[in-house]
Amino acid sequence: MTRLKAEQRHAVRFTLNGKPVEGEAEPRMLLSDFLRHQLGATGTHVGCEHGVCGACTIVVDGMLTRSCLSLAVQVDGCELKTVEGLAPSADRLGVLQQALRRNHALQCGFCTAGILMSLDHYLAKNPAPTEAEIRDLLSGHICRCTGYTPIIRAALDAAAELASSSKETSDA
Amino acid sequence: MKPPAFDYLRAESVGDVLEGLAQRGGDARVLAGGQSLMAMLNMRLAKPKLLIDIMRIRELRQIERKGDAVVIGAGVRQADLLAWPDLAETLPLVALALPWVGHMQTRSRGTICGSLAHADPSAEMPLALVALGGEVLLRNTRRRRRVVAKDFFAGMMLTARADDELIEGISLPVVKGARVAFREVARRHGDFAIVACAAMKIPTGVRLAVGGVADVPTASDWPQLEGSALDDALNTFAYELGARDDVHASARYRRDLVRMIGRDLIGEVLQ
Repeated sequence: MTRLKAEQRHAVRFTLNGKPVEGEAEPRMLLSDFLRHQLGATGTHVGCEHGVCGACTIVVDGMLTRSCLSLAVQVDGCELKTVEGLAPSADRLGVLQQALRRNHALQCGFCTAGILMSLDHYLAKNPAPTEAEIRDLLSGHICRCTGYTPIIRAALDAAAELASSSKETSDA
Repeated sequence: MKPPAFDYLRAESVGDVLEGLAQRGGDARVLAGGQSLMAMLNMRLAKPKLLIDIMRIRELRQIERKGDAVVIGAGVRQADLLAWPDLAETLPLVALALPWVGHMQTRSRGTICGSLAHADPSAEMPLALVALGGEVLLRNTRRRRRVVAKDFFAGMMLTARADDELIEGISLPVVKGARVAFREVARRHGDFAIVACAAMKIPTGVRLAVGGVADVPTASDWPQLEGSALDDALNTFAYELGARDDVHASARYRRDLVRMIGRDLIGEVLQ
């Protein structure tokens, strides 16, 4: 049993995109704020702060997670993946990111980080999704720019590209 | 929109939780998946002095078949239950209703019992519990007790749980070859229901349960009715639910939905 006092800061350690990180947080500090303000990982955006808009969605221990509905102290020892972990290198975009760009699937980009995390997580488990499945997944995100259609197109585009690239790898 | 200050207790056993609840009572809240409670904290609709995190307690993470019931522990996430291979066969109504709970991104964290503890009148899991006549398993440091669904929900976001009690789990009856149906109307998929209905064939006729209209999910049992007798029964039921106008829908629209969806679902299960 661990009991953390409200008015004190406590050490929080976890793995962020494969690298160990640590910082200090009061129990009430949201994970979204910890990522952005303590670790400087500002790729995760904060919209509604009550779990509705989906902008802050990340992956914690393999689970899609609203980081605004999690406390930093809750994820001590966990493995986290955020939008910063999607690109293969600093100067290259991943397949999914390229597909969003190609299909004009973002305008202001505020919702994009969360949508990328949901799609990345979903496509890894469901490599051949239907449009209906993508629409169902995207119901957990709010985008006020695109009308969703280009995002759905990008997701299906990325799924097709990932499927063909994995075929090539298996032939080699 | 930041939570107020609280102590945080990471419980390793049910004993830790019960002790924390016994000490702090109404000033303590149990944190499971956090998909309702964290939003309440961010909006400062809840201001507990102590949060007791139960998600590292392995014994609460079980889904167990016990005779003619399925017992679901307090730490079972909605996604865990959806992925349980026996769900469609043992709890077909839950299998129909669960995909309507929130979104994939919240079902991955939210728990079944957390949704019941929150007791939102339009939530799907409270409706399923009432429709199935399930029981809530409560425990404090001194005793355990079971509360049947219709006595558990006391009002809008109010339950029969005492301040020092933990919802350890729920027990849902397995009805062999049950004929069930579920339908919901919401602004968008994943939003709270304007009206959600569940129907189930029972030995004496049919049961219709409705969420989103009254302060608590409400079930009514009828003999096999047809034609205008069914219309009358549905109309009376729709009025008795005491629908109110709000920003999402008028009372009259809600009554209309109860009558229409109710008739459809009853037709489906009695077919």
